[in-house]
Amino acid sequence: MNRATLAQSLSVSLPVGAYGIAFGAASVAAGFTVLQSCLISLLTFSGASQFALVGVMGSGGTALSATATASLLGTRNLLYGLQMAPVLRTRRLKKVIAAQLTIDESTGVAISLEKNGRESMRQGFWYTGIGVYIFWNLFTLLGALGAQAMGDPAAFGLDAAVPAAFLGLVWPRLTGKTERLLAISAVAFALIATPYVPAGVPIISTAVLAVLFGIRGRVWK
Amino acid sequence: MDALWIGLIATSVIAFLLKYVGHSVPEKWLSHPRVLKINGLIPIALLSALVAVQTFTNGKSLVIDQRLAGLAVAVIALILRAPFAVVVLSAAATSAALYHLQ
Repeated sequence: MNRATLAQSLSVSLPVGAYGIAFGAASVAAGFTVLQSCLISLLTFSGASQFALVGVMGSGGTALSATATASLLGTRNLLYGLQMAPVLRTRRLKKVIAAQLTIDESTGVAISLEKNGRESMRQGFWYTGIGVYIFWNLFTLLGALGAQAMGDPAAFGLDAAVPAAFLGLVWPRLTGKTERLLAISAVAFALIATPYVPAGVPIISTAVLAVLFGIRGRVWK
Repeated sequence: MDALWIGLIATSVIAFLLKYVGHSVPEKWLSHPRVLKINGLIPIALLSALVAVQTFTNGKSLVIDQRLAGLAVAVIALILRAPFAVVVLSAAATSAALYHLQ
């Protein structure tokens, strides 16, 4: 066991896992039970997708639009899997576990250790993945129980905590002009569409904007 | 089975399949620059739309209420490079305070 890698993994997994408290609370406020909230964290295990699922369903969207939004947010994990597979070289059950632990943080720590060799990358991936999994699920339970005890979500500011969480997730990604223009366009589109289409549809529709910006991106560079 | 269970199970199954497929297909399949670019932009569009809808809507109507003040505080916290937990908690505290003043 490499102490430096373990320390780096812990320093990422504890604070990240602690956000699970916000998810657990948001999930219960959206109408999911404590058991369902914990199952989402155990099974989906991908922060942005989970917040999208409870955010869309909590605001009256259908299961279809909630699932579609959450799944589009999960596609980046597919690319992380592509990057990690040659490093981890896992099979069967270990591959299933590695896949479930493939998220922003485990991949990020592994890639940051690239200069130290593949063994370090593997350790970073497993320590961070397992660490986030434990803390994220533990804090989800705490948040869900807390929100259940609270009652009215607005009285505790939970109604603002959820958009603030989404903002915190998107903020670091707004690195260039294309990204910022896309964000503003998505905000405008979603608000204009809200009165006219079923809940959830204004959100998932903005994926089309992402595709258009991706194809025409060079225009704004 | 109600809609919440359907959403929970469908989202979880697809989330796992996406991860598992990533570990199973040859890397060159999805490494086209345009695919990578679009994949990076999709979260920006969806998360931005979620921020907007969760802040400014109530059902099908557009509203301005205590959540906007919470979000404004979150923006300030982000500009000051505050950690994620501070961003979320300061937004919640602001919104809750205004809610009780109303």
